[in-house]
Amino acid sequence: MSFNIAVCIKPVPDPSHYDKITIHPVNKTITREGIPTIINPVDKNAIEAALQVKEKWGGKVTVITMAPPSAEENLREALAMGADEAVLLTDRAFAGADTWATSYTLAQGLKKIGHFDLIFTGTESADGATSQVPAQLAQWLKIAHLWNVQQFKITNKEELQAQMKIENGYIEYALKLPALLAVSRECNKPRYTTIMGVMKAKKKPLITYTADDLDLNKDFIGLKGSPTQPGDIYTPELGRKGQELTGEVEEIVAQLIQKLRAAGLNLESWNACAVGRE
Amino acid sequence: MQFFQFTEEQEMLRKAVREFVEAEIAPKAAEWDEKDYCPVELFPKMGEMGITGIFVPEQYGGAGLGHVERAICLEEISRHSAGLGIALMTHHLCVAGILYYGTEEQKQKYLPELAAGTKIGGLSVTEPGGGSDFMGQKSTGELKDGYWVLNGRKCFITNSHVADIDIWTVITGQDEKGRPVMTAFIIDPDTPGHTPGRKEHKLGLRGSVTGDVNCVEVKVAPGQMLGKEGAGAKIAMTTIQEVGRAGMSAINVGILRGCVEEGVKFANERIVYGKPIAKLQAIQFDIAETRLEYEAARLLTYRAAGMKDAGIPCATEFAMAKLYATEAACRAAKRIMDMMGGYGIINEYPIGRFLRDALASIPAGGTSHIQKLIIAGSTLSGK
Ligand SMILES: Cc1cc2nc3c(=O)[nH]c(=O)nc-3n(C[C@H](O)[C@H](O)[C@H](O)COP(=O)(O)OP(=O)(O)OC[C@H]3O[C@@H](n4cnc5c(N)ncnc54)[C@H](O)[C@@H]3O)c2cc1C
Repeated sequence: MSFNIAVCIKPVPDPSHYDKITIHPVNKTITREGIPTIINPVDKNAIEAALQVKEKWGGKVTVITMAPPSAEENLREALAMGADEAVLLTDRAFAGADTWATSYTLAQGLKKIGHFDLIFTGTESADGATSQVPAQLAQWLKIAHLWNVQQFKITNKEELQAQMKIENGYIEYALKLPALLAVSRECNKPRYTTIMGVMKAKKKPLITYTADDLDLNKDFIGLKGSPTQPGDIYTPELGRKGQELTGEVEEIVAQLIQKLRAAGLNLESWNACAVGRE
Repeated sequence: MQFFQFTEEQEMLRKAVREFVEAEIAPKAAEWDEKDYCPVELFPKMGEMGITGIFVPEQYGGAGLGHVERAICLEEISRHSAGLGIALMTHHLCVAGILYYGTEEQKQKYLPELAAGTKIGGLSVTEPGGGSDFMGQKSTGELKDGYWVLNGRKCFITNSHVADIDIWTVITGQDEKGRPVMTAFIIDPDTPGHTPGRKEHKLGLRGSVTGDVNCVEVKVAPGQMLGKEGAGAKIAMTTIQEVGRAGMSAINVGILRGCVEEGVKFANERIVYGKPIAKLQAIQFDIAETRLEYEAARLLTYRAAGMKDAGIPCATEFAMAKLYATEAACRAAKRIMDMMGGYGIINEYPIGRFLRDALASIPAGGTSHIQKLIIAGSTLSGK
């Protein structure tokens, strides 16, 4: 029994350089110049999950990303971690894609490479953080999918069991393969890239596809193919203001709750969970 | 001339090692220093990473790389823990001795476990009579009933209490001119009579064990001899010159980078007169001098390591790198400590540890006086 596994990864700006990210006052675009990228942290859990499946059951792990050419470095790192093959989907025409266009492009990229029994992604990206791509991608591919997977077990070539993390516990699902799992950080501890891995990575295949290489509906890709267009983008005021609440303990708590509600905090959902737990 | 640049793989390797160091070493470095604890449990992990056997050929279980890559590993580790840096670098001395002078049988017997980090290595040369007086060693080896019997006391030995495999130099006789004949032996774990002695309480490079190692009537089979009889001086000398000093250079490049990075961080964060002290020109001079010393030490170290990998004799180059990097690290750590005002002497900041580690690096691998003698010797003889 062996599995053909794909892992979708995304290069994101290195958090240790976040202080250098600025918003252009006129164009409203994010300037990332000179900021190195890293593999989106939870995508490393996705790579780890894929490698563990391969090590246990056999098979092949392909990492894929839709990104600028500089993502080659991130793909090499994934190869150094132990992936067998990397695919870079890169084209100016892909630029400005929202989650819909991104997931479409990734789906067409995956179809071009071949058939996959299992696809892993992370739950969300550290920069965009919409969490939409995993489900959308699975929908394009018409396969089962589960998000926020904290643990999973392959039962046989056709089926796996997975735990989806929810606020106060988890739900257990059985999924038919092929399937896509968006894994959470709890799923595993990503391995370190070893020096031997680095040396092997340079000999592994890294394939680049442009828009012309893929079977694409050109109206579905890039900025033009994106139904979501960002409106305004701004740097929030982060000034703190202290405020003293006075009165008896009950009064202070009541005032505090009121202020938290006014600030937009949904206290009801937490209450409901707390009640449900009892 | 080619300008100095690491290859893509070397950059990737540095990044991989850095990630490992930031997760496994950086958070614990201060504690190891405080408790004077050598984290032996990290050796197998460094083995999995490929660090303990970085320059060991793949056929013996190593990563099959060279001394530039070794220096990268040591720099990255010592950026956060120079103590672990010297424990690792000394382990590499044992590895180098066996790899460059061992028989095929010895390589097959020892290198796989040393490369995997499941066994830790040491090199015992220095004696109480003076480390600088290399040929004045008193430990002896005598051939009796088909075995070599070793006796003596070694001091200032890194990994003294944690090493499994120890290389010893002993005097096994005199040549025709009455000069001592020095021979090296590999001593196996738990060999009767081979025991650690006193453990030093050090100023710096804590997190590595330094102490005495004794041999009392230690019986070793002739097959444990490293190289031939009389080759001990050359083996120990070249290993210390081209691997030991390389290690001390790279460790201090790491300390220097720590000084730059901690200095920049502090200068940007510390507000005096309503603005970061980094805006003050005098502080900028401190940063500039520290950066320059880091870069200079780095160039000297990696140049010499590149020569070693190319098979070019590099004892003088490593003497220069070692002398410069260790002395510069002392200056830089003191300068950044001063720059930090009162905070500089507070142990929550690593700068005090960097200074202690830099100071402790001066004698290790030969004092600054000795490095100058080597540099002067080769310069005056026109080499
Ligand atoms: C942290 C640490 C780790 C070490 N690890 C090891 C190890 O793993 N294995 C090992 O074998 N050794 C090790 N050593 C020992 C190290 O090699 C010696 O400390 C070093 O060689 C100096 O010897 P010494 O300390 O006996 O000083 P001495 O030789 O007694 O020197 C005393 C002083 O005399 C000066 N001096 C000596 N000769 C001359 C000369 N010809 N010209 C000018 N000045 C001179 C020295 O520079 C010094 O200032 C370690 C030392 C330290 C500090």
